[in-house]
Amino acid sequence: MATISLEEVRKIYAGGVEAVKGVSMDIADGEFIVLVGPSGCGKSTLLRMIAGLEEISAGTIRIGDRVVNRIDPADRDIAMVFQNYALYPHMSVYNNLAYGLRNRGVPKDEIDRRVKEAARILEIGAFLERKPKALSGGQRQRVAMGRAIVREPAAFLFDEPLSNLDAKLRVQMRVEIKRLQKSLGTTSVYVTHDQLEAMTLADRLVVLNGGAIEQIGDPISVYEQPASTFVASFIGSPAMNLIPVSVRDGRAILDSETAAGGAGLSGPDLGNGAGYTLGVRPEHFVPASERPAGPGDLSLTVTTTVLEPVGAESYLYATIGGDSATTGTVANSAAPHVVIRVPAAARHQPGEVLSFTAPADRIHPFDKTTGKRIPR
Amino acid sequence: MKRAQFSSPLLPYFLLAPQLAIIFIFFYWPSAQAIQSSFYIEDPFGFGATFVGLENYTTVLGSSEYLRIAQFTLVFTLIVTFLSLSIALVLAVKADAVLTGASTYRSLLMWVYAIAPPVAGLMGIMFFDQHIGPLVDLAALFGWDMRVGVNYYDTAFAMVVIAVWKQIPYNFIFFLSGLQAIPKHLREAAAIDCRSELRRFWTVTLPMLAPTAFFLLIINMTYALFDTFGIIDVVTRNEPANNPLTLVYKVYLDGFRSNDLGGSSAQSVILMIVVLVLTMAQFRFIERRVHYG
Repeated sequence: MATISLEEVRKIYAGGVEAVKGVSMDIADGEFIVLVGPSGCGKSTLLRMIAGLEEISAGTIRIGDRVVNRIDPADRDIAMVFQNYALYPHMSVYNNLAYGLRNRGVPKDEIDRRVKEAARILEIGAFLERKPKALSGGQRQRVAMGRAIVREPAAFLFDEPLSNLDAKLRVQMRVEIKRLQKSLGTTSVYVTHDQLEAMTLADRLVVLNGGAIEQIGDPISVYEQPASTFVASFIGSPAMNLIPVSVRDGRAILDSETAAGGAGLSGPDLGNGAGYTLGVRPEHFVPASERPAGPGDLSLTVTTTVLEPVGAESYLYATIGGDSATTGTVANSAAPHVVIRVPAAARHQPGEVLSFTAPADRIHPFDKTTGKRIPR
Repeated sequence: MKRAQFSSPLLPYFLLAPQLAIIFIFFYWPSAQAIQSSFYIEDPFGFGATFVGLENYTTVLGSSEYLRIAQFTLVFTLIVTFLSLSIALVLAVKADAVLTGASTYRSLLMWVYAIAPPVAGLMGIMFFDQHIGPLVDLAALFGWDMRVGVNYYDTAFAMVVIAVWKQIPYNFIFFLSGLQAIPKHLREAAAIDCRSELRRFWTVTLPMLAPTAFFLLIINMTYALFDTFGIIDVVTRNEPANNPLTLVYKVYLDGFRSNDLGGSSAQSVILMIVVLVLTMAQFRFIERRVHYG
């Protein structure tokens, strides 16, 4: 068990491409950190640098008190779970688990004890003599986990370990990984592109974009206070609505549809005419009939396009602006789209014109050019 | 496997016919001929044949010369197979480690394979030439008075070197593609599990390479037994005298130089049986330990 700290870590490939651009962070002992971001954001590269599978171009990585930049993967005291499980196909499950221990000179009876213990925890005791070929995807995943557990390493590194499983199994294994990590208390770094997986597993979330950290924080604060439009649109499903506006006399006016609504905005940097993006989560819209817009609230008139029931609730897809009959303007496809959560009982038809409001404290203002959050 | 549908029941046989014809004309027919004539003593001028039963076989197996050649063939085959496999493997592992240079490296080493055996033998002869051969000069530096074609062991040495040199590129290509087919994440998992690179090679890389190696083992055995004919012919300069020979060359000598068709046929039948048994043994005892991915 150990802390991991990264200091200005960079990865520059031979062609001059900078995959990781000066990442610094400290991971506490026993913490579950999830690196999340779209493909190509450098999350896997960063993990592989911690593992020692990629060279570190600049900066320092410490595991415990030790700088590991020049240390072989086998000597870093880490265990990794790969996306494709990476089980040795010519070895039985038992030998797959025992291999890393044998190479480290662990006594035979100790190996046996640890393998049996891991097999018990992961319920793979019945397959110990089988080859990986004879296992299902979920069982292979468990064996891959087992191979990490028996090592009793300072840290677990997970590289999208669930992305090859079907949806049901993925949820099941997700819960299991979290339970296991909590009971073992081993520092873990987990890479995924799945924001739901990231939210549910992480003690702290690290959102990466283009090789740099966009935001670090616990899942709820990242969800509730996204630092940029990138984080806002990446974390949460359906994604946060991002509505372009400009400010006139302290009031945000929708760019596309002046008559459709607006919001009171206040802040030190809000100048007249400047461009902003307002972010509102789908679940924070309320029908205007239930809650009239107060000062600072956002009010919005939309034309519905599709209603998507998901069971417990429904998502209403709509374009901003009423149609010509009610507002005198034409709702067109260029108008921004919004997604609004409505109760499962709602029976909206396409083409309906509806009004919604969102409370002032649920509106996230972002700078239009930099995408950064504007403190209010 | 997908089941093919043919409009006419004769079509599949028609499509197979060329291959079957080749196998029949160049393999089964000569084999049958060899088996038949191994029981006869043929008149050297083709005026008739006398049935003699197993006499050809007993003569061959009772001949001390034949047994000496068989012994040399065994040693030659083992050494050539072992050296060409192991050197090719080392080269492939090294080439695989420097992936960027691999394509140049690979093509450079492949060129040798494009050389026909007699040409390789001829080039080898140049290297081992008494007057201009650089390898002879090199050996002389170490006090080795190398006389290829005169001294039995020097000739054997030259044969082995040329045969191995000729076969390495072939093995190299297979080993390299085998190595590159090993999934990257497996190597990485091994790098985390095991510090020693050598140990990783024996415990992970080599077992993953086993199917390739097994295939090459059979191919190389066959190569050393049969395909080295051209090399031997050139190295011994068609004057076998008391130079080392392999069984295949002996078949040719007795059949076509000494006109002893019966004895030569008996020898080829013996050789066929040996290869058959060898291949079966390899499949039976070695393939069991091969893991196909």
